[in-house]
Amino acid sequence: MTKVALFATCLVDTFYPDTGKAVVSLLTRLGCRVEFPFEQTCCGQLHFNAGYPEVARSLAERYEEIFAGFDAVVMPSGSCAGMVRDIYPRLPVSARARTYELSEFLVDVLGVTDVGAYFPHTVTYHPTCHSLRVLGLGDRPLRLLQAVEGLDLRELPGAEECCGFGGMFAVKNSAVSSAMLADKIDAVSGTGAAVLSAADNSCLMHIGGGMSRLKLGTRPLHLAQILASTRELTW
Amino acid sequence: MVTWLGVPPFPQAATEALADDQLRANLAHATGHIRRKRAAAVAEVPDWENLRERATAIKNQVLSNLDGYLEQLERAVSERGGIVHWARDAAEANEIVIRLTRAAGATEVVKVKSMATGEIELNEALAEAGITATETDLAELIVQLGQDRPSHILVPAIHRNRTEIRDIFRATMPGAATVSDEPTDLAEAARRHLRRKFLSTPVAVSGANFAVAETGSIVVVESEGNGRMCLTLPQTLITVMGIEKLLPSWDDLAVFLRLLPRSSTAERMNPYTSVWTGVTPGDGPQNFHLILLDNGRTATLADEVGRQALRCIRCSACLNVCPVYERTGGQAYGSVYPGPIGAILAPQLQGGHDKQIDSLPYASSLCGACFEVCPVRIDIPEVLTHLRAQAPKPVGESVSMKGLGWIMSSRRRYEAALRAGSLARHLGQRGINALPGAAGWTVSRDAPLPAPQSFRDWYRENRS
Repeated sequence: MTKVALFATCLVDTFYPDTGKAVVSLLTRLGCRVEFPFEQTCCGQLHFNAGYPEVARSLAERYEEIFAGFDAVVMPSGSCAGMVRDIYPRLPVSARARTYELSEFLVDVLGVTDVGAYFPHTVTYHPTCHSLRVLGLGDRPLRLLQAVEGLDLRELPGAEECCGFGGMFAVKNSAVSSAMLADKIDAVSGTGAAVLSAADNSCLMHIGGGMSRLKLGTRPLHLAQILASTRELTW
Repeated sequence: MVTWLGVPPFPQAATEALADDQLRANLAHATGHIRRKRAAAVAEVPDWENLRERATAIKNQVLSNLDGYLEQLERAVSERGGIVHWARDAAEANEIVIRLTRAAGATEVVKVKSMATGEIELNEALAEAGITATETDLAELIVQLGQDRPSHILVPAIHRNRTEIRDIFRATMPGAATVSDEPTDLAEAARRHLRRKFLSTPVAVSGANFAVAETGSIVVVESEGNGRMCLTLPQTLITVMGIEKLLPSWDDLAVFLRLLPRSSTAERMNPYTSVWTGVTPGDGPQNFHLILLDNGRTATLADEVGRQALRCIRCSACLNVCPVYERTGGQAYGSVYPGPIGAILAPQLQGGHDKQIDSLPYASSLCGACFEVCPVRIDIPEVLTHLRAQAPKPVGESVSMKGLGWIMSSRRRYEAALRAGSLARHLGQRGINALPGAAGWTVSRDAPLPAPQSFRDWYRENRS
């Protein structure tokens, strides 16, 4: 049995606990022994991107200390996984923990694309910048979604373009960020999908916050929640 | 006099630009078009990634041995009858051009499109010295006649559509009072206007795309043929070149001549490639001056992370894929170098800090599209975060961010903050960056509400 540590991310811990519950449920279903080390807090990405690498370094050292002993660390976030794998070595903090983004872990480590999920809804998928361009997730999330029973996947036009979040960017350059968001929301609406999914709650918080402001019916839902859904348990 | 002085910090300049619907439409159309064309042109080359890596290695080799290559170039140019000048900064370079123009007895110069002369604001310096400079690249001419500022490295008038260009020509170009907005008509009017300048002006000023150190050859690539006219007709040619433009050999040049056109204009090959080596008696300019410009480059080279910006070949692929640039245009960046590359190049070349220059590294969502297309693999997001780390921070932000870091570095403090709801305020409503009083987020998005029960509390109750 693979011993997996879940790194929930501070955003999921605070705002989106359902994403964490979904990961636990999904990985357990797939035969993993999941642990949640309570010492965990934040990967430091927020600080690094905002220009505080010293703070990020101390958080990175904490992360590595907590997670170094596990077979695998799985996190429901492309950008936090990107932080650990791409940025930690530059801080420099030696990357000892074996860190995976969720879809990567499912496809590459567990070797599954059909996770036995059931989700009878129309879904469009935003691939998120760091998943695409830092981690190189490619079509892994789409392959996972395509294998979900009942799911009707709608192609998102301009999928690879940023939603305009960018952490601090959304506040420091709110006007440009909002213009990017408006175009992303137009693209999402155009698909007619009931659900917008992504591998990052941060981007979903951004796009979802915009869609909610516009009173659009499309629901943001993390990839983990769709993959964890079954006939008995769904989101 | 049109300069960059007084441009506000990026967020403010960008907000103004966003309000201009015509500008946004022009930009979205133009960048979208060139983005698709570039992707197709690059996809044709099976060893594109290999080419990028070779180009990166060549530029790194040059940058780590810059002094040696520069001396080699100086010797080669001098041996072939050219005169090499060294300019520490913009003022020195401008002074040299003015002196050489006066020595040639001229009061007018024609110009080949050049980023380096834009960087040093040569046209403005020449005007103050009573010398008229005429831009001969069509887009640069549009910008100059419109008393405007450039908004793109390759297509400086990208923010203008043809109706606007017609109006500029009608108002300012001799003999163009009735020109239509048909592109062929506009080009014909410019051609007639420029032909008179080419035939009558004794001094030309150019930049350089590349210089081959082993032979002292200078290379300019262009699309319109105006460069070729400037580089061959006048008696005196003055080239202003950044010191990082060197390549060791012609074999190295071959790599870049494959990379640059596909990355910039999305062409397999650019229409005109001019190469000259010193002076050829009886053919072309009989006086050739090469001004080697530092202007912040040596300081940039000293920065281990930031120096990769000096690999830039000014192709503008990063501008065309940037979602921020696409919406704001180039003028919001307040520099002749806009877009992602400008956001890392302008602050480094200028050095020091002010509100405008310090705002540039934040003019990015760090989406990484620029790095993906850069032909010399400049990791622009890496340099952006590096420059953010160096920028002075607002006191409130700094206190807040460090406080958040302190909370995050202990489980006890983290859990206390989580339960008290203060973590949610830091991460959510008040903005991910915890800027005191920042209302930016809620302008267009609803803020998330903290979950009634955190994930860890659920886990503790149900799983452990």
